Amino acid sequence: MRNALSLLFIAGLAFLLFVITAGLDFGAAPMLVGQGINQASPGQVGAANIVTSVVLGYRALDTLGELAILFAAATAGGLMLGRPRADARHDPEAGFILLAAADLLFPLLLVVGLFIIVHGHLTPGGGFQGGVILAAAFFLPLLARPGTHFNHPGFAVVEGLAGAAFIVIGLLGLARGGEFLMPLLGQGAMGSLLSAGTLPLLYIAVGLKVGTELAGLMAHIAEYEAVDP
Amino acid sequence: MEHLINWIALLATVVMLAGAVAVLLLENYLAAVAATTVVSLGAAVIFVVLRAPDVALTEAAVGAGLSGVIMALALRRLGLWHIGTASDAGDDAPDNDTGRTG
Repeated sequence: MRNALSLLFIAGLAFLLFVITAGLDFGAAPMLVGQGINQASPGQVGAANIVTSVVLGYRALDTLGELAILFAAATAGGLMLGRPRADARHDPEAGFILLAAADLLFPLLLVVGLFIIVHGHLTPGGGFQGGVILAAAFFLPLLARPGTHFNHPGFAVVEGLAGAAFIVIGLLGLARGGEFLMPLLGQGAMGSLLSAGTLPLLYIAVGLKVGTELAGLMAHIAEYEAVDP
Repeated sequence: MEHLINWIALLATVVMLAGAVAVLLLENYLAAVAATTVVSLGAAVIFVVLRAPDVALTEAAVGAGLSGVIMALALRRLGLWHIGTASDAGDDAPDNDTGRTG
């Protein structure tokens, strides 16, 4: 009975999806909002990457909500996992290949992550993507040497400062421009590193917050004592 | 050029479907986690084909990298981190039998 019901449900879902996809052209945008933003964004925001002008310009409040959701999730994860016992057993140090790769990749990942964050308003990518790469960079040494100390308080301070910087920039926009998270500082020459007003600053704040938050979360999970094999 | 892009999209779709089926069929949990990241990588390729490089970067970083690491760490926390399959582990890992399929 349950199997028959599941099959019926899956068949219904497949039918609905088929009907929806049959009416759409693959790769063609059914909405007109995108075209309007494509035309208005270069003059209004000045970011070469239009996606960034949407994420941090037109829909910056959504981005703040996204950061809040991520913060809540990371906090809940930290609360659930708690602290490992002082005498908790550590995994042994990794082999030569992982140790050498961790040492080699750490600066490389750091540079790539920072590049993607800083160039978020020029090329694809931005604070979230670069932040995840930064988190990977800081987590890699912990993967190679499980016993090393992870500076949780330091990461929490950077995370808090970055989150506060995002809101402070938004409030400055409210005071100067009349709307919360209004881009300030002028647009500059489109395509240069110092352009699009406060958007690069916002993306640096987002990148630092996401990076430190996710690195802390992964370190939390990894530090927790493993079950005896 | 248009043909090439269609073939790339088709290849990515086949790889994604194969990865998704492999997640269900693989007996080793660590291998199943690796297969989920293959699905995410295929999705990233399709996002590039659809000219959404921002989304592709996110999918590659979060879907393939971060969620894979977190799932693997969760396996370690649950004591299911084994390189061999459940049947290889034998008698010394009795808690492994609960995860065996079929």
